[in-house]
Amino acid sequence: MKNAYFCIPFQGISFMKILVCISVVPDTTTKITFTDNNTKFNTSGVQFIINPYDELALTKALDIAEPAGGTVTVIHVGGAESEPSIRKALSMGATDAIRINADATDAYFVASQIAAVAKTHAYDMILTGRESIDYNGAAVCSLLGEMLQIPSINVITKLDLDGNNVIVEHDIDGGREVLNTTLPFVGSAQKDLCEPRIPNMRGIMAARTKPLQVLEPAAAVSSGNYANFELPAAKSGVKLIDAENAGDLIQMLRNEAKVI
Amino acid sequence: MSIIVFAEIADQQFKKATLEAVTYAKMLAQKTNSSVVAVAIGNVSDAGLLGQYGANEVVTVAAADSFNAEVYSDILAQVAKDKAATVLVISNSYAGKSISGRVAVKLRASLATNVVDVPDTSAGFKVKRGVFSGKAFGWVNLDAAIKVLAITPNSFEPQNTGGTATVTAYSGSIAQAQTSVVSVNKVSGKIPLTEAEIVVSGGRGMKGPENWGMIEELANVLGGATACSKPVSDMNWRPHSEHVGQTGITIKPNLYIAVGISGAIQHLAGVSSSKVIVAINKDPEAPFFKAADYGIVGDAFEILPKIIAAAKAAKA
Ligand SMILES: Cc1cc2nc3c(=O)[nH]c(=O)nc-3n(C[C@H](O)[C@H](O)[C@H](O)COP(=O)(O)OP(=O)(O)OC[C@H]3O[C@@H](n4cnc5c(N)ncnc54)[C@H](O)[C@@H]3O)c2cc1C
Ligand SMILES: Nc1ncnc2c1ncn2[C@@H]1O[C@H](COP(=O)(O)O)[C@@H](O)[C@H]1O
Repeated sequence: MKNAYFCIPFQGISFMKILVCISVVPDTTTKITFTDNNTKFNTSGVQFIINPYDELALTKALDIAEPAGGTVTVIHVGGAESEPSIRKALSMGATDAIRINADATDAYFVASQIAAVAKTHAYDMILTGRESIDYNGAAVCSLLGEMLQIPSINVITKLDLDGNNVIVEHDIDGGREVLNTTLPFVGSAQKDLCEPRIPNMRGIMAARTKPLQVLEPAAAVSSGNYANFELPAAKSGVKLIDAENAGDLIQMLRNEAKVI
Repeated sequence: MSIIVFAEIADQQFKKATLEAVTYAKMLAQKTNSSVVAVAIGNVSDAGLLGQYGANEVVTVAAADSFNAEVYSDILAQVAKDKAATVLVISNSYAGKSISGRVAVKLRASLATNVVDVPDTSAGFKVKRGVFSGKAFGWVNLDAAIKVLAITPNSFEPQNTGGTATVTAYSGSIAQAQTSVVSVNKVSGKIPLTEAEIVVSGGRGMKGPENWGMIEELANVLGGATACSKPVSDMNWRPHSEHVGQTGITIKPNLYIAVGISGAIQHLAGVSSSKVIVAINKDPEAPFFKAADYGIVGDAFEILPKIIAAAKAAKA
């Protein structure tokens, strides 16, 4: 039964309006440090990128919307310094972009801002990434679901539409599950959903003139603010075991480290 | 005042993460003079067990059997209101993450996911959470009257203190789900990676999927789970659910054994919170040795059989 659905992608969708939430994060090779007495993330020399999972969400949204003549809007809560990343999203194929001009370290605050926009636009679908690799809330998707009173489905690995009907496969603890729901809904993208699109020259040219609207934030309570940060305790140094006597490891793990 | 725990169940038993969550709630309840109320949705063979870990009451909910984020979060919010909850403790599992946001909105609560330590309540309410995919921690102030905390598995040792709990049946309403389950594919009999106390992980140095027998055997003897680096899952040597690191799963086992993994910053991000790390690599300059507690320089194909034999001997 399930395969029957997967064979007929996006049948009967006349027009799709999709919103994709983009967060902008330090490149994965970044060495994380803090300034101001460990109260602020040190951005000096840091290269920022679109959160890798959000590229998957955007790619999937484009794959769904394009054949159906739909639109994909990207939305980002953050400062003007994020605009190169937003332009990249436009060059991947997004129709237009919204930037909400506010600092974003808290998922609740971010979701409140996005919900305020979504409430006035009637999107058929909202996609986020599984989590942002900076603040790792993995929370925006389910926060949005409740704020907008629509279903929220996390860690999606497969997504197909049949009219208003949505079939998704997603990760659950210890396995995977296929769910059925209806539009509108909000979902978060997990690895395996698709391969991220690479912008081509035409896309990059087109992105320069695509609309990027800047909005001031709606009044919203932030649910948390960071007092300070710390780095994990450094390891005291590795204890080397001779390869010939590799079996000694087991006694050390048992008697010294006491973990087995 | 009360502290509510979402008591996750698998195969009619409370998960280890649930015992951790109850232990955590108990620690907090003692600080704030509250009672601990666990909410167990679905069939469970011994609901009263949670009393031993510090629950004063276990509310059982029979009707909803398969997990649904909307229905479960609605039940939790109703119990939280009914019991004048100030804190909700949820495991930071996939299920936990899919309800914690919804519950927080329903209760207008502050939300912190990925929590790794007991809150600092000396002035206000401050929790420590993992940020930058395990590369750092942040202390976040939570301001709302109610707090929803999703705690990282393996951050707290469950403590059986031998108490008892009253078991009561849920009397609230059960919402209509807008999402239905078509099919479930659970890998049975395997310890979920995020909950495993011991993890044996292989990288590209293992040369090919045909060599994973040794990784699995060591994991089996030690009672652990298996994991892998990103390229290994990208090449389909192993399922993507085993991929750990910055763009994979973040884990926090007591013991992480990395075999033939170089120790790239993105890999370390997901595993560096492990209590004890063992690196096995033929390259003495491999960055993993800087992040490890124990290291063995040499060929994994010669080293692993020796370790497996020693582990079997130790068990016998
Ligand atoms: C955006 C981004 C995100 C990423 N996210 C992740 C992530 O989440 N997780 C992740 O793991 N990686 C991630 N990576 C990839 C990461 O940068 C590394 O490329 C990857 O971790 C390397 O995997 P590896 O150690 O298995 O392979 P390699 O780097 O090829 O290392 C293999 C190691 O095996 C050793 N070896 C070879 N033969 C033997 C032998 N016979 N015995 C013992 N040792 C041997 C070698 O000395 C070497 O150190 C990411 C990269 C990017 C750009
Ligand atoms: N500042 C932001 N602006 C827009 N979307 C965001 C922002 N932060 C997070 N998101 C979205 O929410 C997802 C989950 O983020 P988080 O809950 O912070 O882990 C991300 O993958 C993005 O899709």
